[in-house]
Amino acid sequence: MRLFDLRIIIAFLFGLYGVVLVVVGLGFTTDEDLKKAEGVNINLWAGIAMAVLAALFAAWAVLRPQFVDTDKQPLEEL
Amino acid sequence: MTILAEADLRLDAGPIDYALLVIYFVVVLGIGVMARRSVSSSLDFLLSGRSLPAWVTGLAFISANLGALELMGMTANGAQYGMATVHYYWIGAIPAMVFLGLVMMPFYYGSKVRSVPEFMRRRFGKPAHLVNAISFAVAQILIAGINLFALAVIIDALLGWPLPVSICVAALVVLAYTTLGGLSAAIYNEVLQFFVIVAALAPLTILGLIKVGGWQGIVEKVTDQEQLSAWPATELTGINSPVWSVVGLVFGLGFVLSFGYWTTNFAEVQRAMSAKSMSAAKRTPIIGAYPKALIPAIIIIPGIIAALIVPEMAQLKAGDTSGDVAYNDVLPLLMRDLLPNGILGIAITGLLASFMAGVAANVSSFNTVFTYDLWQDYVKKDRPDEYYLRVGRLATVGACVLAIGTAFIAAALGGSNIMDYIQALFSFFNAPLFATFILGMFWKRMTPTAGWVGLLAGTFTAIFIYVISEPSFGIELLELPGQGASFLGAGLAFVVDIVVSVAVTTVTRPKPDSELVGLVYSLTPKEDRAHSTTGEDAGWYRSPALLGGGVLALTAVLYFVFG
Repeated sequence: MRLFDLRIIIAFLFGLYGVVLVVVGLGFTTDEDLKKAEGVNINLWAGIAMAVLAALFAAWAVLRPQFVDTDKQPLEEL
Repeated sequence: MTILAEADLRLDAGPIDYALLVIYFVVVLGIGVMARRSVSSSLDFLLSGRSLPAWVTGLAFISANLGALELMGMTANGAQYGMATVHYYWIGAIPAMVFLGLVMMPFYYGSKVRSVPEFMRRRFGKPAHLVNAISFAVAQILIAGINLFALAVIIDALLGWPLPVSICVAALVVLAYTTLGGLSAAIYNEVLQFFVIVAALAPLTILGLIKVGGWQGIVEKVTDQEQLSAWPATELTGINSPVWSVVGLVFGLGFVLSFGYWTTNFAEVQRAMSAKSMSAAKRTPIIGAYPKALIPAIIIIPGIIAALIVPEMAQLKAGDTSGDVAYNDVLPLLMRDLLPNGILGIAITGLLASFMAGVAANVSSFNTVFTYDLWQDYVKKDRPDEYYLRVGRLATVGACVLAIGTAFIAAALGGSNIMDYIQALFSFFNAPLFATFILGMFWKRMTPTAGWVGLLAGTFTAIFIYVISEPSFGIELLELPGQGASFLGAGLAFVVDIVVSVAVTTVTRPKPDSELVGLVYSLTPKEDRAHSTTGEDAGWYRSPALLGGGVLALTAVLYFVFG
């Protein structure tokens, strides 16, 4: 059985989340939002962190592609 | 269960938050659809074809446990008891996870059994197998219902959907991705969920720390300084003597309850069984142990902080119970007070994802045990594999429907002692099971009769302790508040199981050695227990023993610095 590479999914989801949060953080942060989060632009920072996570998973998936064991023995009992 | 009291927990979720939530659910269902294409046999569906890499199964291993009870229960414990809560992680999980990987996985994975009850059947025969399979299936449905209920309560509180609607919608989403993709979909989603939970809790912790003035701020503001140290945890155990409190922690929680839970609970062990090699199977719980050792930082610390900066929580902590919040409300309250729209959506997604994964783990382990251990062994034998794949899918539907039922039972029960009830359930089933397993794995003389008699004796002992210590039964012979009763019940169940098993063994007939190869330590050749060290399993950093030693050392350091 061959499964798709989970690392790509993680990179996709967090890449998307990262971009959305960075945009919200840069363009749509109100003073009220800042006050709530103790003066930290949390959307921006969290967005950057997620984008970095996405980049790491994407790099890992590209540098070490999924290993497919073609001559794996079929399991005997089934 | 008053998971969330009637406080104003409605979060100010905006369109952006809903959008982030919807994106997540689209990805989750997408994983189910994609995983379906790789399912061609029952083993694919129920054990992911034993093909997953260790980092995936390792993260799924702890994620399966990172459900509603863990997130709500442990943040609540953090707010109520402070640092003592770390014992649930550092004593209560890490050593058992390392033990599972290094000592028990060789038998589970090496014997090619497909479930924990199947191991019981091979080692002890049918009666012990039937007892184990039925009790596990029942327990999973009950716990799935409680998880589903917790999920529905939070949907209701956060988004304002009525409870019955939330329960059914949540069950449908879980059903959709587990029937489509089976265990692979459940495991992949668990890994994804792990990262979303971290993404939800880390900003919350950081903002909380900034607000309270860093660690220094916590130290200055905490009124009861004892709550800043993990020992001797007298409040947590309900045992007044510090010495006995530590004994209770180390033996009750650290040894019996935690080893029982982590090494015999199939919902956990299943994740390791689906790994692609013996080496990956051994590494699964050990890789999971690293994040498990560190995650208290973003679960317990927010709890402690909430008791300091959320006014309602501080009021409750000061002993004023007139307000309408409960300790379980820590996360929604912190989210309400600290997170602006955007990151708020991620946090809501993280909570919902976590609760859903809890249900999915219960359902996906239930359907394996139901299909292989009950249906195939006792109802319809020797059918073609497609038949069992279909049974597995139908069992998933059945499990979700039953869980909706048990969710309404959980809702009807009300009260606030569901957490204690769950701990009691673990003491009934897991503690004696661990005693039987450990004796059976290392003592080849232990007989099949001793297997099931010991198990029943241990279970009844734990039930007896629960009945005489639970106030609502009215025969309170033992007065043990907190989790003390389930620590004691688990400890006694373990001892009684061992004593009864040894006694019964001396008067009954053991299995011949030839039937126990691969199941008992002394009869399993060393090479059968060894793992390969080539290809994908090569490299010193993939050595299970080294990784296991590393996480034990890390835990010791954490205790030294923060204990």
